[in-house]
Amino acid sequence: MSTQFEIQGLKSSIEGKEILKGIDLQIKGGEVHAIMGPNGTGKSTLASALMGHPKYEVTDGSVTLNGEDVLEMGVDERARAGLFLAMQYPSEITGVTNADFLRSAINARRGEGNEISLIKFVRQMEGKMKELEMNPEFMHRYLNEGFSGGEKKRNEILQMMLLEPKLVILDEIDSGLDIDALRIVAEGVNAMRSEDRGFLIITHYQRLLNYITPDFVHVMMQGRIVKSGGPELAHRLEAEGYDWVKEELGIVDETVGQA
Amino acid sequence: MSTPTTSFGREAAAAISRSKNEPAWLVASREEAGQLATEINLPKPEKLPLTRWTLDQYGTNRPGQNVSSISDLPAVITALLPEQSGGALIVQHNSSVVFTQLSEELKAQGVILTSLEDAARNHEELFRKYFMTDYAKEEHKLAAVHAALWNGGVFLYVPRNVVIDAPIQALLFADDAEATFMPHVLVVAETNSRFSFVEQVASNLGETSATLLHNSAVEVFAKAGSFVQYAAVHQLDASAIDISYRRAVLDNDARIEWIIGDLHNGNSITDTKSVLKGNGSTSDSKIISIGTGSQRMSLTTQAVHFGRSTESDMITRAVMKEEATAIINGITKIEKGATKANGQQTEKVLMLSPKARGDANPILLIDEDDVKAGHAASVGQVNADQVYYLMSRGISRKEAERLIIHGFLDPVVSEIPLEGLREQLHRILERKLG
Ligand SMILES: Nc1ncnc2c1ncn2[C@@H]1O[C@H](COP(=O)(O)OP(=O)(O)O)[C@@H](O)[C@H]1O
Ligand SMILES: [Mg+2]
Repeated sequence: MSTQFEIQGLKSSIEGKEILKGIDLQIKGGEVHAIMGPNGTGKSTLASALMGHPKYEVTDGSVTLNGEDVLEMGVDERARAGLFLAMQYPSEITGVTNADFLRSAINARRGEGNEISLIKFVRQMEGKMKELEMNPEFMHRYLNEGFSGGEKKRNEILQMMLLEPKLVILDEIDSGLDIDALRIVAEGVNAMRSEDRGFLIITHYQRLLNYITPDFVHVMMQGRIVKSGGPELAHRLEAEGYDWVKEELGIVDETVGQA
Repeated sequence: MSTPTTSFGREAAAAISRSKNEPAWLVASREEAGQLATEINLPKPEKLPLTRWTLDQYGTNRPGQNVSSISDLPAVITALLPEQSGGALIVQHNSSVVFTQLSEELKAQGVILTSLEDAARNHEELFRKYFMTDYAKEEHKLAAVHAALWNGGVFLYVPRNVVIDAPIQALLFADDAEATFMPHVLVVAETNSRFSFVEQVASNLGETSATLLHNSAVEVFAKAGSFVQYAAVHQLDASAIDISYRRAVLDNDARIEWIIGDLHNGNSITDTKSVLKGNGSTSDSKIISIGTGSQRMSLTTQAVHFGRSTESDMITRAVMKEEATAIINGITKIEKGATKANGQQTEKVLMLSPKARGDANPILLIDEDDVKAGHAASVGQVNADQVYYLMSRGISRKEAERLIIHGFLDPVVSEIPLEGLREQLHRILERKLG
C-alpha cells in the first residue's frame, strides 16, 4: 500500500498558547511537500505536534498514517509506525554512542528476537556515512556531542537513511549547512525519494528547494497554511520575499503566539 | 572464636602486630597510631553526620588461606577476577594477602609486587620512606586507626624508565564480616615509569549482624615524568562501610589518572586527592557512583597545586536512586607560586527519585593570580528532551532512559583500562540501576 498521510484541522497549543490554528494537509507516497514561512509562524510547532513532543498539546483535529490514528500513539510508536522528524535542534546525549543509539533504534523497529546482526549493522552504517561524506569516527562519538551544526544535520539524515521511514519531516535541515553539505544532504534525501515515502520539508529559505524539487509548496503564517502552490511559488518567494503574500491576505504580523 | 574487638587502643594495636611477628619498629609505629586513635576525632565530612555509623568496630585478625596458584583460590574470588592471564596480580582475602603473581620478566626489571606486610619486612627502607607520609595518621581518627591496624595490603614499586603494558591487578576481598579488613595500597612510580594499576574491592558477607569496616588507604608517589593510571571499582555488601582515602603526590611532569567506580552498596566516605607538587604535573580524576537504598555517601575529589603550570581536572558523576544520599565535594586548591596552574572540576548528579538526595559542593581556593580555575555543578533529572529525541527514533521510554542513565556514567566506564573489568562494571551498573 502506498503511503497516505492526512492532517485534518490540527490545532496545537504550547503552555496554553494556541499556535496551530487548524492545519489541513495530505501527503501521498512519492510526494514532496515544502512548508515555507518566516520565523515564528508555527512551522516547528507543526513538526513537534506531529511527532508527539510532550510540550505540544493537540487540542483539535486528526492525523492519520495509512488510516492509523497517529495522535493516539506515543512518540516511539509514531516512529515505529513510520514517522521520522529530522529536528531543527537535535539533542546531545553524553555516553550514548551514535552506533549504539542507531542500533537500538533499528532493533526497536525490528522487535525482539529479530535484531540486526552487529556486522550487518556496521556495514550499513558505514555505507550510509560514506554517502553522506561523514568521518567514520562519528560512529563511535557520543550522540551529537561536540558536533558542529552541519554535522548534526548530516547525522539526522543518516538516521533517516537507516530507519527508512514512510513519512519524513525535515525541519530546517538546511540551516547551518554550507553549499557542499547542502548538496550532500539533498542528494541523501533525493536518494530516499520513492513511491511509498512522503516528505514534508520545512524551510524558510528557498535554496534547499533548488536541490530538492518539491511537488507542492505551502506558505505558513499565523499558525495556518495561508497559501499553496507548485514549485513556482517557491521561486516567487525567493525573488520577492513574503511581503506580497501578506499584502494579498491582509496580514500585518505573520508570527503566532508572541503576544 | 574470639569476638570482634570493640575497645581499641595502643595495647590492642601492639598485640596484633606482635602476634604477626612484625619488626619492633613497626610494632612501635602501630602502637603510637593506636594511642593517637584514642585521642583524636573522626573526620567531619561536609553535611554528612557520622553519628549513627558503627565506625568503632575493628574486627579480629582473620587471615585468608595462602595459595600458590590462581586455581586454588576460593571460587568466590576467582569469579571476580576479570582476566585469568599470567599478568601481575595480588589478592587479599579478609585480613591477609593470599596470592601474588608477577612475571619473571618484570621481576628482572626490578619491579616489586608484594603484600605491604611483606614490604615492611623485606623493603623496610622504601616502606618507611613512603608509608603514611601523604595520608597522615594525624588527619583524623580513621586515619590513625588505619595506621594502627592496616593489614595485607599492596606494595608496588616500578623502577625508573620501566614501562608495563598490561595492567597490574589487585583484588581485595572479604567474606568474613568480623575480620579486620584494612588494606593499604602503596605505589611508587620511579622517574619516567608508566603503568596501570587496577584495584577491585569486593565482599560477599551473606547474612551478618556484624559491620565490616573497610578502612583503607591508597598512596601513590609519582616521580618525575612518570605516568600512573589508577583504576578502582568498589562493590561491597550494603552492611559494610567503605572508607577509602586515596592520595597521589606528583613530581615534575608526572601524571596520574584516577578512574574510580565508587559503587559500594552501603555507607561510604571516599576522598581522592592529588598533590601537584612538581612543575608541569597533571592529574585527571574521574569518579562515578550510584546511590541505592538508604545508603549515605561522602565523595570528595581534591587537587592541590603547588607546582607551576600544573593541571588538574576532576569529574564526579553520580546517579541517585531511592532514598540514597550523596554529598559530593570537589576542592581545587591553588597555592601561592603555582603560576599558570589550571584546575577544573565538574560534579554532576542525576536524580532518579524524589526521595534521593545529591548535593554538589564545588570549592575553589585560589592563592595565586596567574592561574585558571573553573567549576561546573549540576543536579537534575533525566532530560525530557533527550528522552523525546530517542523515542522519536522508535526507542521505548524505558530503553531511552536506560541509555541516558548508562550514558551518563560512560565517560568513566569506557576509560577502565581492563576489558574484563569494564564488562564486570557494566554488570554492576545493570544490577544497581536495574
Ligand atoms: N518550546 C516553546 N516554548 C514556548 N513557546 C514556544 C515554544 N515553541 C514555539 N513556541 C511559540 O510558538 C511560536 C512559533 O514557533 P515555531 O513553531 O518554532 O516557529 P517557526 O518554526 O515557524 O519559526 C513562537 O513564536 C513561540 O511563541
Ligand atoms: Mg522552526
